[in-house]
Amino acid sequence: MAKSSLKKMALIVSQGTLDGAYPPFILASTAASMDMEVKMFFTFYGLGLLKKKIDAKVAPASNPAMPFKMPFGSKGFQNISWPVPNFLSANIPGFETTATSLMRKTFKNKGIAAIEELRDICLESNVTFIACTLTMDVFGFKENEFIDGIETGGAATFLDFAADADIQLFT
Amino acid sequence: MNESEIRMELDCRGLKCPMPVIKTRKAIKELNSGDVLKMISSDPGSINDIKAWAKRTGNKLLREDHQQSEFVFIIAKN
Repeated sequence: MAKSSLKKMALIVSQGTLDGAYPPFILASTAASMDMEVKMFFTFYGLGLLKKKIDAKVAPASNPAMPFKMPFGSKGFQNISWPVPNFLSANIPGFETTATSLMRKTFKNKGIAAIEELRDICLESNVTFIACTLTMDVFGFKENEFIDGIETGGAATFLDFAADADIQLFT
Repeated sequence: MNESEIRMELDCRGLKCPMPVIKTRKAIKELNSGDVLKMISSDPGSINDIKAWAKRTGNKLLREDHQQSEFVFIIAKN
């Protein structure tokens, strides 16, 4: 196999939450802008991030350290971290949806790009998305549910690239 | 280096990591070798990020000027 002089980064994306989606897409888009060749392997819950419409939520119940911020009101008010006991975040119906919309709004207010935007940047800059075939089978995903231009493959597909990559991360 | 040599200006104020780097990269791609880009960011993260990006991509950070909440970078395309 011909070796290119480009640095390479191989990412495994295993989380489908909104907060779990940011690190891999930020790293991938930035690496591409630093002239690196990037491949992202979407497996388990990460696979949902390849769907045409991303419906990633935050999961406060499984992240007790998550700070709660309000995206409106005065600056002082917005900076308050609301203490939300785990028994509330885990048991109130609709809490995840509320927490998700609050986080999306806070991110938007602070000038942070949406996940969809970062994903588009990755595609424009030739980051390769690989959907894990095993996960597609287990969760019943069809290729036509995903955005265009993705590849499919299994562990060997990822490892073949990762073996020659300068950076390999599990996210 | 005087201001008249600047070929393109890019305003990244209000944007957060990684957008200033990504937009800088996009802008640089439209320029010719040796052309100079002026980028303004309000994200303090840009100070180290633009340096790292320039080092990695071979583009040259000619000058930086940091005010309290505005960071200006003058970059020559590789």
